Amino acid sequence: MKHEAIQSPAPERASANASFWKNNLRDYGLLVSLLIIMGFFYFETGGVLLEPVNINNLILQNSYIVIMALGMLLVIVGGNIDLSVGSIVGFVGAVAATAMVVFHIPWGIVIPCALLLGGLIGAAQGYFVAYSKIPAFIVTLAGMLIFRGLTGNMLLGQFVGPFAKGFQAISAGFIPDFSDFGLLKAADGQDQFYWLSMVVGIVGAAILIFAGLRRWRLDKASAMETEPFALFVGKTAIFAFLILFFSYKLAWNKGLPNVLIIMGVLIIVYTFVTTRTTIGRRIYALGGNRLAAQLSGIRTDRLTFLTFVNMGVLAGLAGLIVAARLNSATPSAGNSFELDVIAACFIGGVSASGGVGKVMGVVIGAFFMGVMNNGMSILGIGIFWQQVVKGIVLLAAVYVDVYQKNKG
Amino acid sequence: MNAILEMRGISKSFPGVKALRDVNLTVREGEIHAICGENGAGKSTLMKVLSGVYPYGSYEGQIFYRGEERRFARIADSEHVGIIIIHQELALVPLLSIAENIFLGNEPATFGVINWSEAFSRTRDLLQKVGLRESPNALITDLGVGKQQLVEIAKALAKKVRLLILDEPTASLNESDSDALLKLLLEFKGQGITSILISHKLNELAKVADSITVLRDGTTVETIDCHAEKISEGRIIKSMVGREMSDRYPPRTPAIGDKFFEVKSWRVEHPQHAGREVIKQVDLHVNRGEVVGIAGLMGAGRTEFAMSVFGRAYGRNVSGTVLMQGVEVDVSTIQKAVAAGIAYVTEDRKTLGLILNEDIKNNVTLANLPGIAWRGVIDDAREAAVANQYRGTLNIRSSGILQKTLNLSGGNQQKVVLSKWLFAQPKVLILDEPTRGIDVGAKYEIYTIINELAASGKGVIVISSEMPELLGICDRIYVMNEGRFVDEMAAKDASQEKIMASIMRQYAAAPP
Repeated sequence: MKHEAIQSPAPERASANASFWKNNLRDYGLLVSLLIIMGFFYFETGGVLLEPVNINNLILQNSYIVIMALGMLLVIVGGNIDLSVGSIVGFVGAVAATAMVVFHIPWGIVIPCALLLGGLIGAAQGYFVAYSKIPAFIVTLAGMLIFRGLTGNMLLGQFVGPFAKGFQAISAGFIPDFSDFGLLKAADGQDQFYWLSMVVGIVGAAILIFAGLRRWRLDKASAMETEPFALFVGKTAIFAFLILFFSYKLAWNKGLPNVLIIMGVLIIVYTFVTTRTTIGRRIYALGGNRLAAQLSGIRTDRLTFLTFVNMGVLAGLAGLIVAARLNSATPSAGNSFELDVIAACFIGGVSASGGVGKVMGVVIGAFFMGVMNNGMSILGIGIFWQQVVKGIVLLAAVYVDVYQKNKG
Repeated sequence: MNAILEMRGISKSFPGVKALRDVNLTVREGEIHAICGENGAGKSTLMKVLSGVYPYGSYEGQIFYRGEERRFARIADSEHVGIIIIHQELALVPLLSIAENIFLGNEPATFGVINWSEAFSRTRDLLQKVGLRESPNALITDLGVGKQQLVEIAKALAKKVRLLILDEPTASLNESDSDALLKLLLEFKGQGITSILISHKLNELAKVADSITVLRDGTTVETIDCHAEKISEGRIIKSMVGREMSDRYPPRTPAIGDKFFEVKSWRVEHPQHAGREVIKQVDLHVNRGEVVGIAGLMGAGRTEFAMSVFGRAYGRNVSGTVLMQGVEVDVSTIQKAVAAGIAYVTEDRKTLGLILNEDIKNNVTLANLPGIAWRGVIDDAREAAVANQYRGTLNIRSSGILQKTLNLSGGNQQKVVLSKWLFAQPKVLILDEPTRGIDVGAKYEIYTIINELAASGKGVIVISSEMPELLGICDRIYVMNEGRFVDEMAAKDASQEKIMASIMRQYAAAPP
């Protein structure tokens, strides 16, 4: 075959920049909206929103939504939906609590078993969706009812708790700090500053900048479409600033919460899986065009099944985090979480028809919801009005998506 | 004759592209006016301007229809004055009946209550007019594509059509259905209905058109009066591509080796109706470096055969054996078929071939991700290199490997699908209608690629409904009909007449 040089003529460069803007406008728009809404609540709440204790709360309240949204991203990108995650949270929490409190099984054994249980529930639902070809909406609606009902039956309206300190530490714990050894302990009467947390934040920000820069150079070298440099710098600067800012604030509280570390690791892992691995690529292909993916030799059924197993494990993890946070299992734990999780995905730019969505979008979407929840609660806005506002925001976000798509 | 339609100086831009540049079109009352041009020449855009899909104000120029200037703001406006367009993708609701479809949005009703008896009797009249013998109650989904096309036309008639626009009406029809449709257009002409016919099939245009307008790159090249001069396909092609295409098929010097790929005693049953054999005892072989064609009418079972061999992607109770270089291979799943070295390039690139929402790069590597990955982690640089290589060698016209395949023209989409399968490194490629709906220039490029594949020692099977194409590029041709291979001939001994004769002979010999 003949080989031709691939030329990229100069006039195309300018339009490539323009098209990059257009294609990624939504991502930046979302980030900017998050900053704006944070600014709004910061002033409205008289600064309470960004006080160290509240930032800690914000992270604890949102961690399980973010974690489940990572799994939901894959489920929705694969062209399905999972309505049962809230009930799985309740159920796994109830089983784990009963095992620990009633049967006195050590938490070190209960945690892996609980994750396994979540995975099994996901597998059961995934089986019906992937192999029996029952629409995911129906299967998981059934699952939502079944596991909510089982949770109620198991707990009989009781709270089961409290748990051992070690288990509670999943949610309530902080990474150990030098100051625990008295090395940097603040003098009496002064606020404690947790140095290690600040150091972790600085290292994190440095890694972000370094990795981003390396990636940008690689893309440029392989003649891929790259972000305009100014945009790249701006975005990275915002993220780095947010990391530093939050770790500084948290260092004035009690340091970095354990759950933040869990969440951070999962975000990195899922970003990697979705952008760099063959399985991630295949899930996007499956959602983009199932038939074409199938005819390209992709085992679409198995892939669908796996997205549900993955969702189940993450819902199980969320169940443990919620139980640990409340220090008890309750019949209503996880109620309507599925709606927050799904809303976070759609606000984050995931396409309802499958094949499109990014981890960073979903995380920002989840925090968008979280900041609104938290900010409105501080302002004393009633729970029902909060729902109205969240509904409007969801609709508006998707409206902007669809509008842009039709225009472009 | 008077002009029923005159479009003057039409220009239409999309962001970054000028789709139409000062196009003029004059259609006389009562004629069949053909529009042809390569893909992307602006034919469909022009019709969308005419029918109000692109409202007045979004284009420049003027439209005169029946002596008045018209400014359509929406499709309903153009339909109101009798301009009806039938799109390439049929707009029928599959699970509604013929009558319901014909009167959809136009129901004979008083205060919203539909008068079904009137609807049915009018449907019966309309169906008779278009020569379709089906009950008005029949569901669209139970009809073949040819009959669905007739329902669309009946629907147009129900709206009191004066100017009927057909966008590639025969693209997915077999020869006899196409002929019937063209005859219908001639009948309409007798009744004074004007038609605009957009088609790639130049032989058809030459048969029925009174005048032909040729578009190229968004401008009018010329309007040919078919009664004033003798029209040949060569004449039209020259006008379309702006150069003489003396040879529509690249020269080919076959170097055919030993027996390479074999399918023996292949039988397949219908996926829904167990026991109904769709493929009945088919034997096929391909030699190394050979291009083998499968000819046949629509519904002969060619696609079904190919897909069932490709990992049982079609049918149930598949039986028979597949041999690669004399060794039996397992093709029971698509993964195994791909691993055995078989690639199937689908006839339906949009729904079965491409992830339209993704870019060229992701589509090219999809069937062979392990080829660009290490332990499940994709090597981006290698992937980009692979995609760029295919973009170059197959001459995929695009802004880069990150362009979405949705925005590519048909020919370039086809090249992306081909690239995907070339990168999967197959030994045998089955190409199902590889040039359907793509323009003459791109066809030539695809033929060249097929020649190169054969020359590199692969086996190629081409399924095509265009017999000249098979005769032009194949070394040997199987003729398929009703799930069987009814004949086999060397391409040099074959002709369109001979192929049709084998098909017909089988009908004559078939038991009553």
